[in-house]
Amino acid sequence: MADFIKKIANIDRRYIFILIALTVIIPLLFPIGMPVTETKEVMAVYDYIEKLPQGSAILVAMDYDPAALAEVYPMTLAVFHHAFSRKIKVVGMTLWNTGAALGELAMREAAGDIARVGEDYVYLGYVVGDVNVIMRMGEDISAVYPTDYGGKPLAESPMMKGIKNYKDIALIVDIAAGATPELWVAYAGDMFKKDIAVGCTAVSAVGYYPFLNTKQIIGLIGGMKGAAEYEKLVKSRGTATAGMDSQSIAHILIILLIIIANISYFVMRRKDKLLKKA
Amino acid sequence: MGTVIGVWIAAGLTLCVYSFLYKDNPFYKFAEHLYVGVSVGYTIAITWHQAIVRLIWYPIKSEGNYTVLIPTVIGLLMFSRFIPKYRWLIRYPLAFMIGVSAGASIPRTMRSFVFEQMGATLAPFTTVNAIVIIIGVLVTLIYFYFSFEHKGPVGVVSKVGIMFLMVSFGAGFGYTVMARISLLIGRAYFLLHDWLHIVR
Repeated sequence: MADFIKKIANIDRRYIFILIALTVIIPLLFPIGMPVTETKEVMAVYDYIEKLPQGSAILVAMDYDPAALAEVYPMTLAVFHHAFSRKIKVVGMTLWNTGAALGELAMREAAGDIARVGEDYVYLGYVVGDVNVIMRMGEDISAVYPTDYGGKPLAESPMMKGIKNYKDIALIVDIAAGATPELWVAYAGDMFKKDIAVGCTAVSAVGYYPFLNTKQIIGLIGGMKGAAEYEKLVKSRGTATAGMDSQSIAHILIILLIIIANISYFVMRRKDKLLKKA
Repeated sequence: MGTVIGVWIAAGLTLCVYSFLYKDNPFYKFAEHLYVGVSVGYTIAITWHQAIVRLIWYPIKSEGNYTVLIPTVIGLLMFSRFIPKYRWLIRYPLAFMIGVSAGASIPRTMRSFVFEQMGATLAPFTTVNAIVIIIGVLVTLIYFYFSFEHKGPVGVVSKVGIMFLMVSFGAGFGYTVMARISLLIGRAYFLLHDWLHIVR
């Protein structure tokens, strides 16, 4: 028994890689359809946008790069889908230079046939400076972005005629792969008293729960699970929902591996103690 | 056609990177170096167009606004670091940047990340959550207070603080595992759906 435990403890990690790969690939090929239950943090974002009157405007900051796409892109699409279906105008921008093109891609994909650029949404792109951009947009968005991402003057966009600064924005949604939500909370939320919602990678989500508890943010969409919840709420099945089966089964495998590793640790430690006594 | 080529290149590079899981090899090294090079090149191109051209060139050329040269020169002084004789000039842009950053960030950071959190922690103890939070904050702070030896009552309290820390680390670890698995799912979905078309 101890020899078996020792073999398990010293197993080549490549076998574990193969097991993880299989737990991810097989549910994608043969979906199980595990239920996705909504959490109150995600519901809070959904309810806020749902209650906005038609014609309101929201600002969506897509502060991520291609490395985080798997987690944040589905939630970006879901939020856009929700806003466009409710006839809510969307101003898109980014504080990350590596995400400049991704923002336009997301807006165009989500808009499809239901929203038109210039009338229902505008993508402003990227401008250098994080804190400066956030603070100046609170006074005048066109001073920071005289043109949209395509070079068209902002004054020529029908949608931007009634949107000068944060006073004309009902909600700021920061979908981030880094620490930009802290900047939005500090400078847009606390300084200009704007409501902020955060969508982020799962790694970062833990750090933003304190902001949720203090109501500095109105809601939190965390990781692929949060994205799947939002997709369920807006009734739009996307890649996040498709990945939930793999997510759940991979987690079960990891829990089993941790239990096995702990059992092997305590068995080996007991064996060593007995050997020392002998 | 362009999309198909792009998908095949992306799939090939994905497999090159994942080949590292077997062992280090030239395919992985190639993909890694390509990624670093493309990222830096893309960043330089975006910064050139969004910072140099948009904020310096256009104001001078279109509006005759030469005052933008002042921050440009201050910024260029950062490169004096590479000339030993003029290395001291970097103090000016650094002083400016640190001064502005500190002035803009310290009051906001103190308010948003310290005072607001302290206020919420000292909320009325009307719920179990509020009581658990205040106990957790106090015992964790006591664990990090090393001016007293952690023996006796202080030792017991600091051990409770360690348990709270472990719970938070566990939550962080769980979320991190979910994040990493999510990234793997994203790549697997791309390979199976976009490349091989065997997943709908």
